[in-house]
Amino acid sequence: MVEKVKVRIDGEVIAATAGQTILEVARANSKYIPALCYMEGLSATGACRLCVVEVSGVARLVPACTTPVAEGQSVVTSTPQIESYRKIALELLFAERNHVCAVCVSSGHCELQALAQEHGVTHVRYPYSCPRLPVDTTHPRYVLDHNRCILCGRCVRTCAEIEGAHVWDVAGRGIGSHLVSELQRPWGEATTCTSCGKCVQACPTGAMAEKGWAVEEMTKHKTVVSRLTSMREGS
Amino acid sequence: MTTKTTPKPQAEASAARKLTIHPVSRIEGHAKITIRLDEQGQVADTQFHVTQVRGFEKFVEGRPYYEMPSITARICGICPVSHLLASSKACDSIMAVRIPPAAAKARELLHMAQFVQSHALSFFHLSAPDLLLGMDYDPAKRNVAGLLEEHPDALRDGIALRKFGQTLIERLGKERIHPSWTVPGGVNNPIDPSVRDKTLAELPSAVAIVERTLAMWKAAVEGFPAEVESFSNFPTMYCGNVGPDGSLRLYDGNLRFVGPDGAIVADQVAATDYATYVAEATLPHSYLKAPYFRPVGFPGGVYRVGPLARLNVADRTGTPLADAELAEYRQRYGRIVQSGFHYHYARLIEALHGLERIGELLDDPEILGTRVRAHAGVNNNEGIGVIEAPRGTLIHHYKVDDNGAMTWANLIVATGHNNLAIGRGVEQVAKRFVHGSKIEEGALNRVSALVRAYDPCLSCSTHVLGQAAVVLQLEGPDGEILDEIGTV
Repeated sequence: MVEKVKVRIDGEVIAATAGQTILEVARANSKYIPALCYMEGLSATGACRLCVVEVSGVARLVPACTTPVAEGQSVVTSTPQIESYRKIALELLFAERNHVCAVCVSSGHCELQALAQEHGVTHVRYPYSCPRLPVDTTHPRYVLDHNRCILCGRCVRTCAEIEGAHVWDVAGRGIGSHLVSELQRPWGEATTCTSCGKCVQACPTGAMAEKGWAVEEMTKHKTVVSRLTSMREGS
Repeated sequence: MTTKTTPKPQAEASAARKLTIHPVSRIEGHAKITIRLDEQGQVADTQFHVTQVRGFEKFVEGRPYYEMPSITARICGICPVSHLLASSKACDSIMAVRIPPAAAKARELLHMAQFVQSHALSFFHLSAPDLLLGMDYDPAKRNVAGLLEEHPDALRDGIALRKFGQTLIERLGKERIHPSWTVPGGVNNPIDPSVRDKTLAELPSAVAIVERTLAMWKAAVEGFPAEVESFSNFPTMYCGNVGPDGSLRLYDGNLRFVGPDGAIVADQVAATDYATYVAEATLPHSYLKAPYFRPVGFPGGVYRVGPLARLNVADRTGTPLADAELAEYRQRYGRIVQSGFHYHYARLIEALHGLERIGELLDDPEILGTRVRAHAGVNNNEGIGVIEAPRGTLIHHYKVDDNGAMTWANLIVATGHNNLAIGRGVEQVAKRFVHGSKIEEGALNRVSALVRAYDPCLSCSTHVLGQAAVVLQLEGPDGEILDEIGTV
């Protein structure tokens, strides 16, 4: 027996199923909450903090992607404080690595860029870290540019949960965290990689791209990846 | 960028001085000029400094080669198309592809649009204040605003001509500056027929502007005998791209070097062989390297590039109106035109040629061809792309590893080739106009105007970052700065 709960999102009473997250319920009911690390069809990790919302009775903001709905819960998806926190989160992502939209293959098709525009990020108020990071060009078809990686982990989860290969993982700690393929082997030498390219399609920025595309040319098809999960669940 | 020196005892300072022009204004990028005077107040020697470094060649190492067109285009906002094209050609070479004919024509069309807008910018926006208002005109009004008061029709023509070129770039590449349309292997979209139709409709009025300006300039140039005589008026070699028949080529072709007398020294030099003829020296006083003609050596192998050089190098332009103008130009000044002041005249003839090529390309049915891109991976570990940028020959030379990551880059840009000639030209013009202890503003401006005649792009040439502009400093033999003046 599926337990039904009633929640209030931005004042509107919505019927949901127990176990659903606030983000799932909101999106199913055309309530917009931004998110970067969340992708339909993958588990949620609450890494990017863009989906933070206010929940009645909770003193801090909580990530909508990992917080389950509860009976009688009242959720507010946008306040000046929430918008301010989201903008800070975005600015910190830009400050952490070398995001240069002007020369990026994903410019114009990038989720980070789109969210920055949507949130009015015209300047970054924090000093840029400008780390010296490598570009892994060893794979014959794909390229990984650590400069553009935001560590959302969508590639890691796509490879582990959908492809079942688990080529990708995050190594290091804190600011030193970085994506690794098959225990630090160059991507092109990873024996477990099936070259399916789903990680590339799941990547929200230009960090992972198909080789050979020039600036602004890399368009991603993440729904293809999300659809695999729904088709499997439906079977 | 004033030189910091410790004041010396007055007795040592003597009458000798150094003049520094910093920054040089109405050019693209930053420059400084120092003029050292001897104890009689006569010019002893001069130096042309380019004062900043950007490091493009170094920081692109590790990037995938196919990003190079968009990265190197950021070297400059005036003629990014030149870098896009030279870079794309170098990438074509790495991929070992021959791009589809429609793509080659589309790229040339984009290039011609850029020639028109860039030459319009150089002549009207940057140099016309000197040329139409006068070298000694009030410096506060010797600018585009002054032109608006005194020569509004000429200024309007300049703006309209530049707009024609920029609009065509935008129609083709979707952006006026840094369009992403040109890619390794070709272009990323075929040309829409509406672009052809709109551009062909606007073309006659653009041609009329250049013809009008040429007629005006042919009369006005007679008013600058001293400048013609002293602006880099010395023998050098010249370099430019020509076709198999010796006609002017701006997008493709092979390099030709001619001697000061017009004799062909090297002809049909393929891009891959450029290093046999061009070597680069570094100068202690400048971030801009100084290429020279390798067989002659440094510093004797001075050659010039750009409009003046190209018209000296080519047998003809290959388009009727420009060829008629070229014939008159040669009738006036000879087969080899030596004075750097005639860069302006040559630039206008090239703008006319560019417009004619736009017409020819748009009349070619193949320009609308839909097969416009070749796809390939790394098939060569080295690629060289050469084109004629508005300011002269542009060379992009890349090396990549087997995965396509850049391991080495060398960019030789137009202003670099002209570096030695600009340096010598500064000395010649300073000796003609700068005398005595007090700096005359008109003298200062003529030194700057010499630099402007070359239309140098210093941001390109050093692949440099920073604000534009010349400062003139007067310095004694011991390095003490006695007088300083900046241009606006």
